[in-house]
Amino acid sequence: MSMEEVFHPMQEPMILAAAISIVVGAVVIVAGLTYFKKWGYFYKNWLSTVDHKKIGIMYIATALLMLFRGGIDALLMRAQTAVPDNGLLDAQHYNEIFTTHGLLMILFMAMPFVIGLMNIVIPLQIGARDVAFPRLNAVSFWLFAAGCGLLNLSFIIGGSPDAGWTAYFPLAGTEFSPTVGNNYYSLALQLSGIGTLMTGVNFIATIIKMRAPGMTLMKMPMFTWSILITNIIIVFAFPVLTVALALMMLDRQFGTQFFAMQNGGMDMLWANLFWVWGHPEVYIVILPAFGIFSEIIATFARKNLYGYKSMVMSMVVISLLSFLVWAHHFYTMGHGVMVNSVFSITTMAIAVPTGVKIFNWLLTMRHGKIQFTTPMLYALGFIPIFTIGGVTGVMLAMASADYQYHNTMFLVAHFHYVLIPGTVFGVLAGYHYWWPKMFGFRLNEKLGKTAFWFIAVCFNVTFFPLFILGLDGYARRMYTYSESTGYGPLNMLSFIGGLGLAVGFALIVYNIYYSWKHMPRNEKADVWDGRTLEWATHSPVPEYNFAVVPTVTRLDEYWFAKKEGRDITAGKIEKIHMPNNTGTPFWMSGFFFLAAFFAVFNLWVPAIISMIGVFGFMIHRSFEKDHGRYISVEEVMATEKSLRGDK
Amino acid sequence: MKIDSSLPLEYSTEENRLKIFGFWIFLGAEIVLFATLFTVYFTLQTRTGSGPNGAEIFELTPVLWETFLLLTSSFTIGLGVHAMRIGNKKAMMAFFIITLLLGLGFLGIEIDEFVTYVEEGATIQTSAFLSALMTLLGTHGLHVTFGFFWGVAILIQVASRGLNPQTANKAFIFSLYWHFLDVVWIFIFSFVYLKGLIS
Repeated sequence: MSMEEVFHPMQEPMILAAAISIVVGAVVIVAGLTYFKKWGYFYKNWLSTVDHKKIGIMYIATALLMLFRGGIDALLMRAQTAVPDNGLLDAQHYNEIFTTHGLLMILFMAMPFVIGLMNIVIPLQIGARDVAFPRLNAVSFWLFAAGCGLLNLSFIIGGSPDAGWTAYFPLAGTEFSPTVGNNYYSLALQLSGIGTLMTGVNFIATIIKMRAPGMTLMKMPMFTWSILITNIIIVFAFPVLTVALALMMLDRQFGTQFFAMQNGGMDMLWANLFWVWGHPEVYIVILPAFGIFSEIIATFARKNLYGYKSMVMSMVVISLLSFLVWAHHFYTMGHGVMVNSVFSITTMAIAVPTGVKIFNWLLTMRHGKIQFTTPMLYALGFIPIFTIGGVTGVMLAMASADYQYHNTMFLVAHFHYVLIPGTVFGVLAGYHYWWPKMFGFRLNEKLGKTAFWFIAVCFNVTFFPLFILGLDGYARRMYTYSESTGYGPLNMLSFIGGLGLAVGFALIVYNIYYSWKHMPRNEKADVWDGRTLEWATHSPVPEYNFAVVPTVTRLDEYWFAKKEGRDITAGKIEKIHMPNNTGTPFWMSGFFFLAAFFAVFNLWVPAIISMIGVFGFMIHRSFEKDHGRYISVEEVMATEKSLRGDK
Repeated sequence: MKIDSSLPLEYSTEENRLKIFGFWIFLGAEIVLFATLFTVYFTLQTRTGSGPNGAEIFELTPVLWETFLLLTSSFTIGLGVHAMRIGNKKAMMAFFIITLLLGLGFLGIEIDEFVTYVEEGATIQTSAFLSALMTLLGTHGLHVTFGFFWGVAILIQVASRGLNPQTANKAFIFSLYWHFLDVVWIFIFSFVYLKGLIS
């Protein structure tokens, strides 16, 4: 590949502008850190941290950044299709943008947002001092960050993937996608996917083995339950992605025949492997949101969660069904009536446990004294909007009817109606809800509510027209259409809604700045009058989480203890064992990044040298003697005193 | 660190128990990984294009040797863990060294097998069947290779630091990994080679 080809994306003025802004941004950050002499602080407190709360914050910060990158992609798509025969983007550029929009929003926005919240909240909610494997947690984050960086680099160097986020073969093969774009796809997703798999292992071990004394499985908060199930899905679904991506890499870069059109290859094998991972992935990002909503609705309706056992059961059933529905993504492939019928039934069956959950939330609120806080608004907005998504999902589940909807904007509207109220509202609700726990001050409620109304209203303005367009036969992934189709006005309406959504998300970020400047500090530990253990410790949380690990006797122990006037965090303070910080995960992932980057361009010698670097760090880690450190009783007592505000 | 001396060394601390539990979960993920590779292989095994099929290229003798070496190594690592439990560092190290040597022997035969295939014109690029076969075997072989270096690193640590909760924990987890590779091989032997030779 010549240098000219490598840098060909930069001939596009928009990409050049984006590339320049990335470089300028990086220079500003580096210069700022140097000028304020913060390198040491930055390395010690963030790059080498193993603290689950800080790792969680880094996940969420990355997710917000990617929300904007993916959001700009979305706005560009809506702008391009706002009027017929528009020339804002050409077909190739449009292909790249809808591909990266899908990849970024699912894998680098929804996933890290969910993983970030679980990092911050889960150990607190189960009364643990950290996750089971704190270093592995850092490895997970930095591998995710390496994959994220690599995918974003594709945009500037060599060209983005352009075969859709599903990368179906033969389109994604070298014959029809000759640029390095899909090499980036396989390698970037591989890195972050391995990181996610490690997260799955880590959190299952954490939740199974590290709960506070007395907290049996059926006394766990609903969010913890949802995360346990999510991570079980991760451990069983992500290896399939690992294999699929490896085979894709072999096909594209080593000339194997897995998905080829000749020599016995089978292109639909890719589609099957992709969706055997891809459908459970949908539930990986939606179940945690269900958990978040359960916490928030119970807290702000001031009632016990209705139907706890049925909530757990329905999540377990959803997780099992999630592995049995993948073929509904390609009913039109022609795998016969029998197969389509089976997958049609399993798909519709998912509506049953999901419906159980919806009714449980409604019944939780019944006769409750509802407080309309920002997180609660998201939870309340979620229920009706998500139900529209769910009902259209049942429409799509009917195999014979799907021949009409397949690959139209109806489908696009459906999955946005599921993922935005489900996942995005869920993580935003959780973000507003747990923000005071992370930083010790609240986000401004007025700004938060304004942003919510912008997002909730404009979401419907953006996506409802797409249902109608889809039923009229407007296919997805078309970069333009002629005026005679009559698709123009509804597309324009959708674009206007998109602009409103952008205002909503901009308000959310402005709220960070505003609240940081103006909101009162030293917020009390239990800002929302919460029910679960995370509210029993200080805000912000000390690095050891709990000075004394609380003992649990029932569900929502903290809530009932408050009613009875008991302090569950009282007890004798002992010295606390904590893991040491380490730079190894950061540097090891850096070498992983280099190896993958060189591999994208088939530069195997530097790639192998980088992999030797990776193994070097593994060996270093194996031989390292590190038994962690102890925080003394005096130090814990001093921290507790200052956090309580005693003078 | 609290050490519970009623338990074997590798289980004696909280951290050790967590690590063993976590590794079992990881092995669950590994099972899914190999299950996916087997599925790909079964899907593509009859799709030989213009290349040879399994019956034409498989040879039973080297495969039997591979099986013999790997199964024996699973037995010797079991003896190694037993020696570790009774605190016999020397015997433990000897059994682990034998295990790794048997693993090396396995790898030697496997590499020879691959070279033979390529010489016969059956490369990973020839057909979908061969792509799937070599990816499945290669993934298992890479696991054994990784295991070899991992085992060496652990042996060096046992030699210099002796048997303590940390080194015992590492050696025990390594033995789980090694047994797992053996189980995968049994499936490869039965459902790739034997089945391929019959059809």
